Amino acid sequence: MIELRGLRKVFGDTVALAEIDLSVPAGEIHGIVGRSGAGKSTLIRCLTGLDSPSSGTVSIDGADLTDRSGSGMREARRSIGMVFQHVNLLDSRTAVHNVAHPLQIAGVSKAERLAKAHELLEIVGLGDRADNYPAQLSGGQKQRVGIARALAAEPKVLLCDEPTSALDASTTDQILGLIRSLRDRLGITVLIITHEMSVIREICDSVTLLADGRVARTGTLAEVISEPGSTLAKDLVPLPPIGLDDTGPATDADAVGADGAGTDDAGTDDAGTSGVQIRLVEVALAGTSLPQVLTCAQSVGVSADAILAGAVETIEGRQVGRIRFTLASAAKSKELIAALEAEGIYAEEAA
Amino acid sequence: MNDPMWFDNPAITQQMLPATIETLLMTAWSTGLAVLFGLPLGIWLFTTSKGGLTARPALYRVLSFIVDITRSIPFIILIIALIPFARFVVGSALGWQATVVSLTVGAIPFYARLVENSLREVSEGKVEAALMMGASNGQVVRQVYVPEAKPGLIGAATVTSVTLVSYTAMAGAVGGGGLGALAISYGYNRYQADTMIACIIVLVLIVTLIQFIGDRIARAVDHR
Repeated sequence: MIELRGLRKVFGDTVALAEIDLSVPAGEIHGIVGRSGAGKSTLIRCLTGLDSPSSGTVSIDGADLTDRSGSGMREARRSIGMVFQHVNLLDSRTAVHNVAHPLQIAGVSKAERLAKAHELLEIVGLGDRADNYPAQLSGGQKQRVGIARALAAEPKVLLCDEPTSALDASTTDQILGLIRSLRDRLGITVLIITHEMSVIREICDSVTLLADGRVARTGTLAEVISEPGSTLAKDLVPLPPIGLDDTGPATDADAVGADGAGTDDAGTDDAGTSGVQIRLVEVALAGTSLPQVLTCAQSVGVSADAILAGAVETIEGRQVGRIRFTLASAAKSKELIAALEAEGIYAEEAA
Repeated sequence: MNDPMWFDNPAITQQMLPATIETLLMTAWSTGLAVLFGLPLGIWLFTTSKGGLTARPALYRVLSFIVDITRSIPFIILIIALIPFARFVVGSALGWQATVVSLTVGAIPFYARLVENSLREVSEGKVEAALMMGASNGQVVRQVYVPEAKPGLIGAATVTSVTLVSYTAMAGAVGGGGLGALAISYGYNRYQADTMIACIIVLVLIVTLIQFIGDRIARAVDHR
């Protein structure tokens, strides 16, 4: 549905995008993550034709967007619905007239476009707020209106540029749920640009990590998360922030382990008395279940008490995530890694 | 000094009302015409400016220069300079109709500049959203810029109108008619303090009324 081929954008001497290849199949929710400056905004501007790429092509549903200008470009843009971080509703229009705006631009008759707009407001759950002005709506309601507006011209692709970054956590969940249900209902292809890993984890089928204007990694969510040693996986399923420097035991609700403050103490004592450095081992869970890892660890004499922290998610029915063990010696950590790798489980010494 | 005063003064009892009507007519006509021509000029200024929809820096500088020249000429001089033009348009250099011509010419660039500034207040994101929906530049102007800037545009028209009231009074000095002419010919030249005061009171009332109405309309169209 969305095809980027060798997309390149250069501003003067700065390469904003270098050879981006990306392909999103129809009906998929694809996430694009990256730090600010990674090229996300430039990518979206090239996708929508607000900027023209220096070279390469952008095609949506087989139609090339890069060789169009003027009215051809305006026509092509109507096949893309766009959801913005700051929603960008017109304050001078009520919700229903905002939703009808793309149809007004396309020259649809007033009665027809208002009927369609009412229908879309019902779909996003705001049927009763049709005559409210944006100023009378909450942030989440505004974004729902924004989504309804993006869908008005029946686009094939929904582009979401940081759609939840200005919203609180529970509103974010509602908006993401809405996007997912719209995909299921309308079969629309969704591209979400975000810096929030939680958004990717929540609704994306596949994900692309942009770094320095390049595709650093791309694949389905399960693939990317279960890829051993990947930094994207670590960002997507972060371990709770505890380490040996922390004095207390883990309190993060997401954390699996670290129930034994004693383990912590024992480890620290060991390090203190014998001068042996504490070793941390990180185990990547990728389809392997937690009990499997624990059984393996026990076979080399490492008990569950040695788990310092863990973050495990179930994605597409598989457990993915990471567990961090704390071990008293380098020998022990090597032994554990070897045992796990023999089972086909990736483990590495963590810094 | 046994001239009749206040309500015995024919300058007040007989000429006040027609003078007030003339001032109102001049203000209304020149405001209306200034908005009619100033709005497109302001939009043109804005769209050709840097960051506008169709940025054309060279054209913008030329337009901007013309607007600034007109705005920097003292109004009393502008009226005199425009006497031939007024005669050409309305057939006479005297009377309130002739004054409307000069007032309008003076007010168009004034309003256009205010329009340009009001349009600049409209957020970039709203414009991008409309462009993303496939809107043409004309649609963006008519459906986004103007409606979104409407409270500001009405505020600008109010300011222009109030300014025009004071300009009509100035025009009175060179045969323009209205309250200004009355105040100068009776209040100033004939030392009728009562006429002068009456004119000032009516002018203050007119300005207050315009400001009140302008604010009400601006608030009514403001949904922010």
